[in-house]
Amino acid sequence: MYARAQTWWTILRICIEERLVYRGDFALGTLMRFLPIITQIFLWTSVYAAAGQGDIRGYTRDDVIAYYLLTMVGRAFSSMPGLASGIARQIRDGEIKKFLIQPIDLLGFLLLARIAHKLVYYGVAIGPFALVFFLCGNYFTNGWPEASVLAAFVASLVMAFLLGLFLEAAIGMIGFWFLEVSSLLFVYMLFNFFFSGHMFPLEFLTGYLPDWLQTVAHYQPLQFLAYFPAAVFLGKIEGPELVEGLCVQAAWVMVFFVVCRVAMRRGFQRYSGYGG
Amino acid sequence: MHNFLRYPRLFYTFARNSLIRDMTFRANFLIEILSNIGWMAMNLGFYILVFSYTKSIEGWDQYEFFVFIATTMFINSLVQGLFMPNAQELSELVRTGGLDYALLKPIDTQFMLSLRRINWSSLGNFFVAGILLAYALQHLDQTGFHPVQYFLYPFYILCGVLILYSVMFSLAATSIWLGRNQSLYDFWFYITNFSRYPMEIYGGNALGSSLRTIFTFVIPVLIVINVPARMMAMPMKPEYNYLATFAIVATVVSLVASRWIFKRALESYRSASS
Repeated sequence: MYARAQTWWTILRICIEERLVYRGDFALGTLMRFLPIITQIFLWTSVYAAAGQGDIRGYTRDDVIAYYLLTMVGRAFSSMPGLASGIARQIRDGEIKKFLIQPIDLLGFLLLARIAHKLVYYGVAIGPFALVFFLCGNYFTNGWPEASVLAAFVASLVMAFLLGLFLEAAIGMIGFWFLEVSSLLFVYMLFNFFFSGHMFPLEFLTGYLPDWLQTVAHYQPLQFLAYFPAAVFLGKIEGPELVEGLCVQAAWVMVFFVVCRVAMRRGFQRYSGYGG
Repeated sequence: MHNFLRYPRLFYTFARNSLIRDMTFRANFLIEILSNIGWMAMNLGFYILVFSYTKSIEGWDQYEFFVFIATTMFINSLVQGLFMPNAQELSELVRTGGLDYALLKPIDTQFMLSLRRINWSSLGNFFVAGILLAYALQHLDQTGFHPVQYFLYPFYILCGVLILYSVMFSLAATSIWLGRNQSLYDFWFYITNFSRYPMEIYGGNALGSSLRTIFTFVIPVLIVINVPARMMAMPMKPEYNYLATFAIVATVVSLVASRWIFKRALESYRSASS
């Protein structure tokens, strides 16, 4: 047990150090990532001015902007750049063999590596994030939510991280069967872009859907990557709905965790060790 | 004269080679085209959604805005198809020292570095844009339209492409100074992001006006799409004539500036690993 904890600690430390190499590039990149928000502020200001009504499906203009900022936080947890393509590449060029030889679990390693990445990311990104949220504080018209809502927000963020990790890892595992997953990943990113709520609050869309699709939209997993945490923070999802949402999110985390495990086991069985 | 004539021939050869290369992986080529169209469809979907809540955005109604989106697609597909792969490769050439090879060729280095690879799959969006434009034009009230706009529209699209090319190539040239410019694509995305909206939305406060001024006169990305789109959707409005004239000036200045930056950057090129 102790030895195992030590292994994990070492992996975590190595990954953190690896990430810190490029910290300057990192901080600049984070700040630049907020630039599109500026355009969104202007765009939605124009839209609300032309719409002539104070709110669209329960969101005022300030809400929409606050929502965008919050989805940035959600995505800071849930986005896993290069994870799926990395796994597929390791399968293709044979690097994945090391997990068959060394007594390290592939999923455990990925989890630790990503925790390390994220820790470093938050360490560097907290500056730009704090700055932008301070400058945009006025858009949060209700101020800070209550402690219980805040706790739910944090829980949904942590689960967003796990969901993002297992979802992308599952896509990467498809590489055991197809070798090249980049086109598949592209399709996933396309859906992710639209249905995670990254472009607009999902309420804007769901109002137009037929009933059966609304049910699908209500339970679909991608919303938990960006929309759900933001909507929770803004108080758009409350009470029993909030509890239900958190349960559905936890269920999706479990589902994709199991999918990953099964895919990894099956994948290793049919893996024929090509490449270096 | 003979010297000058070989550039179109070279371009033809580059285009042919790239097509052969793309056709080697036909399925991949098809998937790339489809996913490009997919992204555009998502983008269009977003605006259809927005226009379900409002009649217009700063004077652009839905079909006028479709013209705007079609213009964005025309210009982006040309820029991504012709120049993007080359600009990305330039920073790689600098890092690996492969730039030596390009410098030794008896043709203009900028020409070679700008057009060597053509990404044919990006041009798929060009046709989708054509369909969208035709569809949008059918729904527009065409009173006040003038035949000359149909000639000026492609001309200003070309201007827009050249301005974006200049910005992109200048950015890529900086990798000669920096050694490596991995965030080129990011930077590019964040700058051009400003160009993809009607310039009227940048207004109402100091930040808006200064953004509009900077991205019109310093890095002229705002006029790239706005001028041709307006030429097609709301042509010949006298108050925008100055902008249309300025677009020509901006194109020439951008091209000259990018060439100057590239030449300056080349002077400090120290060949790597060869």
